[in-house]
Amino acid sequence: MDDKHGDKIAEEQESGKQYWLDDMRNVHKIFWALIFVCTALFLADALYEKHVVYEFENWFGFFGLFGFFGSFALVLIARELRKFLMRKEDYYDH
Amino acid sequence: MTTEFAPGLLLIIGAIPVPFIRGKARSIYMLALPILGILQLTTLDPGAFGIVSTLGFEQIHARIDKLSLLFGYIFYIAAFLGILFAWHNNDRLEQATSLVYIGAAIGAVFAGDLITLFFYWELAAIAAIFLIWSGRTKRAYRAGFRCLIIYMLSGVLLLTGIGIKAIETGSVAFEHIGLDSPGGIFILLAFGIKCAFPLLHNWLQDAYPEASVTGTVFLSAFTTKLAVYALARGYAGTEILIWIGVAMTAFPIFYAVIENDLRRVLAYSLNNQLGFMVAGIGIGTTLAINGAVSHAFAHIIYKSLLFMSMGAVLYRTGTIKGSELGGLYKTMPWTAGFCIIGGASISAFPLFSGFVTKSMILTAAAESGYIIPFLVLLFASAGVFHHSGIKIPFFAFFAHDSGKRPREAPANMLLAMGLAAFLCIGIGVYPDPLYAILPFPVDYTPYTPTHVVTTLQLLLFSGLAFATLQRSGLYPPELRSTVLDFDFSYRWIAPRLVGWIMNGGGLVWTQLTNIFLQMVRSLTTLVFSYFGPSGLLSRTWPTGSMVLWAAVLLGLTLVLYY
Repeated sequence: MDDKHGDKIAEEQESGKQYWLDDMRNVHKIFWALIFVCTALFLADALYEKHVVYEFENWFGFFGLFGFFGSFALVLIARELRKFLMRKEDYYDH
Repeated sequence: MTTEFAPGLLLIIGAIPVPFIRGKARSIYMLALPILGILQLTTLDPGAFGIVSTLGFEQIHARIDKLSLLFGYIFYIAAFLGILFAWHNNDRLEQATSLVYIGAAIGAVFAGDLITLFFYWELAAIAAIFLIWSGRTKRAYRAGFRCLIIYMLSGVLLLTGIGIKAIETGSVAFEHIGLDSPGGIFILLAFGIKCAFPLLHNWLQDAYPEASVTGTVFLSAFTTKLAVYALARGYAGTEILIWIGVAMTAFPIFYAVIENDLRRVLAYSLNNQLGFMVAGIGIGTTLAINGAVSHAFAHIIYKSLLFMSMGAVLYRTGTIKGSELGGLYKTMPWTAGFCIIGGASISAFPLFSGFVTKSMILTAAAESGYIIPFLVLLFASAGVFHHSGIKIPFFAFFAHDSGKRPREAPANMLLAMGLAAFLCIGIGVYPDPLYAILPFPVDYTPYTPTHVVTTLQLLLFSGLAFATLQRSGLYPPELRSTVLDFDFSYRWIAPRLVGWIMNGGGLVWTQLTNIFLQMVRSLTTLVFSYFGPSGLLSRTWPTGSMVLWAAVLLGLTLVLYY
């Protein structure tokens, strides 16, 4: 079975098989689709009556903006934390 | 009489023949045990049995109520999934230990008193250490030892707390404990260690990722959720738990973003998920408790699924470092798909299990007026999607092509993952059966337009942030590294501190000896100056003066007598 798998891989590499995501244009498509969905969700706030507890939850697009900027901040802060916290892989090994 | 058999014992006793059964029969036998266990649970009526009195304390071996049954069921389900995933495994020690471990966790869940709880608690701890050692590497061995010391601390705290409580109240019943007595504080700390409270958490990220492919799947399900159960039983409505839980949801996600070992990323996200449950227990309303325990139920399945998918990647490629993976979807599409389902569930996407359980906790937080906890939980929810829902599948299966072309995971692994994925979607789409077995009656509708739209907004905008950061190159790349966490204190500072004290102690000792010798030397010199050959008191005196002094003394004596 190992050989069969190996043969299949070799065959694919010879024929230069391209997967759908290998084409960067398709990756761009996904990105733009995501932007489209997000825009639609943002505007969806106008289409229904929100039932929430706090007033700020009623702000237009609050959850979207909170999710976007919250995650953005998360990554940038974590990135900065690397400067203090990151060590070599074998740091504890001796 | 079959029902009078404490639920956990089935697996503990069932583990004994495991090393002696050969070949496939062993796997079949092991897989049958949790099925029998679930069947047994369905025959149990609410109540208590196995009651004995020792030293004047009433011990209840099995207490059957909605809370213990819920955890009993999910523990058996997790056992089944884990055993199926480990079908190919030939490590008999690991197999037997995993059964003892699960059996002990189930025994602890049904324990009606604190002494029985302590017994199973410790048994589960010891078995867990052997599972960590199942990694059979030097790193696993060391991490297991560190974990053992921390677990022992938890055991000592628990026993101390039980002792104080028994003296104060004369009872060891495992009911609501609270923080009114010092015993309660000790027991909370013991539970807190196992539940990975902030600063008590690091054994989790340290040890779990070092276990074997299959060992980690088992470990991820039981110890911490046993602690969640114990907290729900003993500390519901204890307000400090809200803040502890909130802290637990927030800080591990920063680590999850920069950690390279993908199973360690999952350990951080496990810690974050426990935070939601702990916060729910702290809020303590019926909605919050239902949310916390149902979230534990859903969490065990999706977390197992995520650990299984990463286990399959490790099994096939020999590595689980994000920096060395990527592009695996080409040859492991099923594993990738199941991993994404696990990611969607942990992120609480509508139609996936996390959505119908976690939203109860968030709603309870908002309705009970905990505005800051609510906002932090919201932030953590967005963060979960970021590191578990996107980062895990993205760096393992997509991202840059690592050139690795491993085979798809073995059939038994795919079956276990498929079953777990099915349950994740099943609970998400049709939560009523889960809601029906929760401790309190459920008056909650997860699928309202507000819930669905706001959740999708939060999550997809979080996804947009990820995509934007990736495309702009701002996203921190996966790097081979160690990230310092609280374990720095006992893996780096403490050994050096001890070393310094030993060395420094040596220096101080030398100094002290020197000072002492100096003193002895000066004393000797002083004595020598008086009694030495040229000293005042050792000169040879003429005999005449001696007689004179004797006469003076005699004269003085005479005067004094008269």
